[in-house]
Amino acid sequence: MPKTFMEGSGAVAEAVRACRPNVIAAYPITPQTHITEELSRMVANGLIKAEYVTVESEHSAASVVLGASATGARTYTASSSQGIIYMAEVLFCISGMRLPVVLTCANRALSAPINIWNDQQDSISVRDAGWVQLYAEDVQEACDMHLQAYRIAEHPEVMLPVMVCMDGFVLTHAYEPVDLIEQAEADAFLPPYQPQYYLTPKNPLTFGAMLGPESYMEVRYQLDKALRDSAKIIEEVALEFQKKFGRFQGTLIDTYQVEGAEIVLVAMGSVVSTIKEAIDTLRKEGEKVGVLKVRSFRPFPKEEICEVLGGAKEVLVLDRAFSPGSGGVLTNEVRAAFCGRKPTPQIRGHIIGLGGREINVETIIGIIKNRAEVGREDKFVDLKEALIGG
Amino acid sequence: MEKHLFLAGHTACYGCGEALGARLVVDAAGPDIITTDATGCLEVFTTRWPQSAWGVPFIHSLFENSAAIASGVEAALKALGRQAEAKVIAQGGDGGTADIGLQALSGMFERGHDILYVCYDNEAYMNTGVQRSGLTPYDSDTRTSPAGKVSWGNRFLKKDMPAIAAAHGVPYIATATVAYPKDLEAKVKKALKITGPKYVQVHVPCPLGWKSDPALTVKVAKLAADTGLYPIFEMENGVITKVRKISKPQKPVAEYLKIQGRFAHLFKKTGGEEEIKKIQEIADANIKRYGLA
Repeated sequence: MPKTFMEGSGAVAEAVRACRPNVIAAYPITPQTHITEELSRMVANGLIKAEYVTVESEHSAASVVLGASATGARTYTASSSQGIIYMAEVLFCISGMRLPVVLTCANRALSAPINIWNDQQDSISVRDAGWVQLYAEDVQEACDMHLQAYRIAEHPEVMLPVMVCMDGFVLTHAYEPVDLIEQAEADAFLPPYQPQYYLTPKNPLTFGAMLGPESYMEVRYQLDKALRDSAKIIEEVALEFQKKFGRFQGTLIDTYQVEGAEIVLVAMGSVVSTIKEAIDTLRKEGEKVGVLKVRSFRPFPKEEICEVLGGAKEVLVLDRAFSPGSGGVLTNEVRAAFCGRKPTPQIRGHIIGLGGREINVETIIGIIKNRAEVGREDKFVDLKEALIGG
Repeated sequence: MEKHLFLAGHTACYGCGEALGARLVVDAAGPDIITTDATGCLEVFTTRWPQSAWGVPFIHSLFENSAAIASGVEAALKALGRQAEAKVIAQGGDGGTADIGLQALSGMFERGHDILYVCYDNEAYMNTGVQRSGLTPYDSDTRTSPAGKVSWGNRFLKKDMPAIAAAHGVPYIATATVAYPKDLEAKVKKALKITGPKYVQVHVPCPLGWKSDPALTVKVAKLAADTGLYPIFEMENGVITKVRKISKPQKPVAEYLKIQGRFAHLFKKTGGEEEIKKIQEIADANIKRYGLA
């Protein structure tokens, strides 16, 4: 099948359709809308046999897929920004109840100030919700990730929700040539969901019980263990996908030009493609530079990251989200992963591209060239001094 | 012993009207249901792991999303071709229904889901220790609407939830009370035969919050209905089709108020008579509006 030149959102909707979700619930928010509009159109034209629930809020979108998943359905929702934060309360419940919901986060900045453009503060802010979080580099990976996401989520040893993060506008609204997944191939890769426990009068179970100090901690431990153990399944599924579809975008991480690299950049999402281009330029100039793509932010692949970065002299982490009063979230986690290990490379943090601020090849080259300016505190890249004032 | 689908051994207080209400609803509905519930007393006293009082499938997740969870359950049954398997009953307390859960409930109504929503109305946030809700009655003394030197308690009238449901075009709306169990059971059975969203609001006294004798739960509930303060009616397709007439001769609201500590200030403070008169006016207006005489 030849590649199709299409918008990221449409391509993702095609991938979701191929996964045959039974229940879809979503509330409109920019830049998620094109995905859910496309799915609505598919439902309206009988191209997908699903109940599409047009909810009155993101809180209810997440609640509807929670209820539907607990009833045994394969479910899908998508959101962005404030929508992710609004449904945060439910996100914790979905993972706590071990329901294999798949959600696309079309990454966007958070208010205030209100800003509809891309960064990753939304999904990063719910990093502790107990979901698997995967970050896509391009449209093709975003598509393929959805098929993998259901396999991971519904794996009997995982039974956790998966958030597929794709940069808003940069991926959702960009046109790229993609290999669409054919239905027969999708069906062969992703069998129908077979829940072990679900709401039915045939076996009247109680879901969402109250646990006291005598048992709550054990259930939270099990959630942590399942999320950590899902790393193995994420890897297996990515490799099986490669075998069946011939495409590979990494397992928990992916690397580019890290062999013998003295400087390694670390990033997540679409910026990785820009970094690769910058690396190609710099390699020609003799700079030994590579990039590590964090594909799975949760579970966080500490070992894999340290193994790759351990050989580098310098590590430059690029964050599209930060914890005010602390620093770049990915930077902090990479630093923590190295704590107590030897050798530890010099790790420098950079906060970039907030609220859609342009990141181009020159930005990346600038970060690499000016790295010595960055000390122990993360640097906000390309800050406009005139706007900050004295 | 009679076999119930809502089992004994839960941890509700003595004389809990909500436990009685839930048992009547579930028993009337029968085993082929899936129930959801909002956070609140009902969920807390029935699901303390590893025990559960639910002999039917039950799911709870949050305070404000019982109607949305039920919408998801119903959509899943439809999508999976399992509609014949179970009817869906969403449940919540008055706060979970009329306040924090109102948006999700509105969505459930508006989208026309085939769900019976049951609101157990004990007229305040009892699970958190008796704070006022949108369904707390006028002059009620709660922890967040305390009667004091310059206050008679709750200043607001009960939010008119049946009218809100009616404005959504909900085909079947009813109020009921644990004082009249056969009436409540009949309404649940009738509601479950109707396709689409249904709303049943059940008056369930809370001895703890109302500061009433736990032995008198049914008596208190009866007086609420019989004085006209809690009108019991059925509304089908926007029209009142049936009401429970109040007792004759008409009982003054003071009879209902005086056996509850939440209204004790009305009988102690100077000016209380005027307040009781206002509450009598609320009852009289209900009697007129619903034709309860």
